[in-house]
Parts: sequence; structure tokens; C-alpha cells
Amino acid sequence: MTATIRISINGTEHRVPEGTSLAAALLNAGYPAFRNSVGGEPRGPVCGMGTCFECRVTIDGARGRRSCLEPVRDGMTVVLGE
Amino acid sequence: MSEAPGTSMRADVAIVGAGPAGIAAAIHAAGAGSQVVVLDAAPQPGGQIWRHTERSALPAVARRWLERLDRCGATLVSGAAVVDAEPGRLGVEWRGRGLRVEAGAIILATGAQELFLPFPGWTLPGVFGVGGAQALLKAGLDVRGKRVAVAGTGPLLLPVAAALSRAGADLRMVAEQAPPEAVRRFAASLWRTPGRLLQAAAYRAAFPTVRYRWGTWVRRVDAVAGELRVTYASGQSAWIEPVDLLCTASGLTPSLELARLVGCEVQGGCVVVDDRQRTSLPSVYAAGEPTGNTGVEAALVEGSIAGLAAVGQEGSGATKRLLAERARHRRFAEQAAVAFRLRPELRERVEPGTIVCRCEDIRLAALKPEWSARQAKLATRAGMGACQGRVCGPALHHLFGVEADTVRVPLVPTSLGVLAGLTASHDESQGVPE
Repeated sequence: MTATIRISINGTEHRVPEGTSLAAALLNAGYPAFRNSVGGEPRGPVCGMGTCFECRVTIDGARGRRSCLEPVRDGMTVVLGE
Repeated sequence: MSEAPGTSMRADVAIVGAGPAGIAAAIHAAGAGSQVVVLDAAPQPGGQIWRHTERSALPAVARRWLERLDRCGATLVSGAAVVDAEPGRLGVEWRGRGLRVEAGAIILATGAQELFLPFPGWTLPGVFGVGGAQALLKAGLDVRGKRVAVAGTGPLLLPVAAALSRAGADLRMVAEQAPPEAVRRFAASLWRTPGRLLQAAAYRAAFPTVRYRWGTWVRRVDAVAGELRVTYASGQSAWIEPVDLLCTASGLTPSLELARLVGCEVQGGCVVVDDRQRTSLPSVYAAGEPTGNTGVEAALVEGSIAGLAAVGQEGSGATKRLLAERARHRRFAEQAAVAFRLRPELRERVEPGTIVCRCEDIRLAALKPEWSARQAKLATRAGMGACQGRVCGPALHHLFGVEADTVRVPLVPTSLGVLAGLTASHDESQGVPE
């Protein structure tokens, strides 16, 4: 079994398997939409490889991080809805 | 093999991208005794096609190439994003700081990205590219029990459908837009390469009870009551089916940002190279997908040729054999391009209200058909968002023939600190104190 670690999503704690990308962890936790577009539409990840920039979230206070490129880390604090 | 670089590095050959083309280039250039540095954005070498966390999960051929890379003496810098470039010099973000790389020759092995074509509903959460779905799956996405459809075109449909099915997805439909006769003709042409036929059959065997339709495409998607309602079309008929996730495939498009920034000649969406992989600029080479989407085998061959050429070994007997192989792979790629040509109905899906630039929410109605990409950008901000036109640029090119606009520095968002670091190392070399 893979070890699980703790991350916080919008203030709620979730246990996720180590080695998961943050984008996959957010989808698994039931968040299909990660952010709002300029016009206010919900958006989620599309390309999974850092090209489309639709999976941007705030990680530990840093805005605009592409969650598909970030492996989950224990204690990571994530805020959606940029 | 990965060494911790300081703020600057010097090498005979700098290779951007550690996918198949970059790996083959590194092995051949280093094998000739040259100092080689490979810069790659991912945490592990392999590129998109050989993306992995555990090497043991990769096919044997990929493991062999990665082992050769380990042993070849090249320095691999993983997690390195090239943000600035000119012939002989690369500006790189690495671990939150600037790294300046100087090299006698540069090989662009930047790979390809998925082509995303706008259609009503393509911006809805739950609509992915097939490559994106596969990348997310490898990164831990749980699809068990999710209703999934895979639709679009090309050789990526089957392996991704197979992977989703094996991961426990409730796969509902695999739809190939190419007409049945084109797919059949293409399959018949595979008798020369029985390995490819067997592979396709093996993928299909992973979801034997799922519908696999040719000549069927997605017309639109609507989000209704927490599910995605997909409108399929085939011939004159259209029908709606609900899913949780839709994976679309419109093919691949070369990643050309770096080539454009350096100033290589680009024609028809590909970097122009000669038969030794030389671009229009001296000492700048390109290999693999940037020269045209020809697949992993061609990328390995082109990388090998570029690696030898970059260190002055282009006249060797090995190159002659490689050139013959490359010609064979290109013929295959041309056949695939014909078979999986996008049908005109895919262009006609775009409505005036359909978003074409998803970063800036620019709808088709806001663009004038006669505009260039630059004019569209200036008038509407299309292509000026976070992705810098990586999505809408190729989309507008494929839909309306609009040529992509120039790119700007930094190629990916980076911090002022990194940019300052890159500038500081310029100054240092000129003897200016910090």
C-alpha cells in the first residue's frame, strides 16, 4: 500500500496517496473545477502536462501554480477558485 | 548522473527536452566524446510518451534508452524550464533560480503537445485531452466507476481507452472521427509493420465489449444536472449520451515556442530542417516532433542524427542507415496523417458564442476572419493569457489557417528573481559587480 499524506483543500483536510500529482488529488477529492475563468466560468485541468494553464491553484500562498506539475507534499495548503 | 549546476554551465551541446529525441541526441553526442547537457522540465527523463514515476512500469525499449542515457556521460538537469534563448545561450529556471547555459550547439527536442479544437462545451470541467487523461491517470487519477467516453482521432485513442478501461473506468464509447474506409485503408497499410497491428489489437482487447465506432464525432457537450451530455454525430444522425468524463483527441501539434523564440524558420507548423536536422540557424538543430509529428521511432532516429551532426560526425556510416530509417518513418507518418485527417464537420462545430481563447474567454464572434494572430491579440487579447497562445494558437491555425504569432520571454511564468539572476550572470561575465 502506498503511504498517504495530508493536504488541506480550501481549509478541509484530505488524506491522499503519496506520489499523486496535486491535480489528480484534487479531482479524486471531488473538485472537478479548480478555478474561474476571466468571464467567471468554472474550469478544470485539460492537458495534464503544463501547457493549458487551466489547473492553476494557490499552493501555500503562491498563486497561479499549475497543479498538474506539482506532486502532493505533506502539509500542502491548497486554495481553489483563483 | 544528475549533477547540481551552479548559476552557469558550459557544454559542447545543450539539448532541450529529455524525450526520445533528446535522449537519442544526448547518447550520440556524448558517445563522440563531447560534453553534453540535457535540460528537461519534468522530474524524470522520458518526455510525455515515456512519462513515469517507476521505471519498471515502462516498456522494455524505453528502459533500454533511459539506461543508455544514464551511462552516456551527459549531464541531465531535470526540473529545468527554459525561459529565454538565443543561439549559443539558454536562460533556464531551475529550482527557483536562474541558470545560464552556454553551448556550442543547441538541439531542440521539445516534443509535441495535444491539439485542442474548440467546440461548444470544450471548456467544461471534466473535458480533457486524451494525453491529459493519460498523464493524470499516471499521476494517480482515480477513474474507477466513472462513465468515460474517448472521442476524436488518431493512434492515441486506443491506448488511452485501454488504459482507462484497465484502471476501472466505465468506458462507454470510443469514437474515431475518420471515416471507416480511411481507417481500414490505414490498417491494411500496416502489414509492413505487423508490430503496430498487433499493438492496436492488444489495446482493443482491453475493452472488448465497449462500442468502438468509426466515422463518429462529438458535436457538442453540455453540463446538465452534474453530468456531461455528449452529442455525438455520425453521418446524418445525432444522439445524446451522458458521461462523467470526456477525453478528446484532435492529434498532436509540435511545441514550437522555443524554436520561434530562438528564431528558427517555421513552415506549416513545423521547424524547417535539412537532412542533418540543421535548422535555418547555425549550430541550432531540431529533432523529433518539432520537425513534424512522426512519432517515437522517428524521434529516436532524428535525435540520433542531430546528436551526431552537432558534434561534427554527420558523415558517418551510422548516419546513412539512420537517414534510410527516417525516410521509412516519415512515409508511415504521412499515411497516418491522411487516414486521420480532420473532417470538415469538426470545424463547423464552432459557433459564434464558442470560446476560442480559453485564457481570456474570447468567443469566435469577437474575431474577424481576416485578422492575423497578431491583430486578434491586439484587438481582443486572444492569445495573451497565461498559456501564451499554446492552446488557441494551434487551434486557430487548424481551424482557419491563422499563423501563430511570435512568442515572448519568459516562455513560462517565472519569478522576477530568476530573471534578475539570469541578467546578473550576463553582467558578471562582463565584469560588472553585483
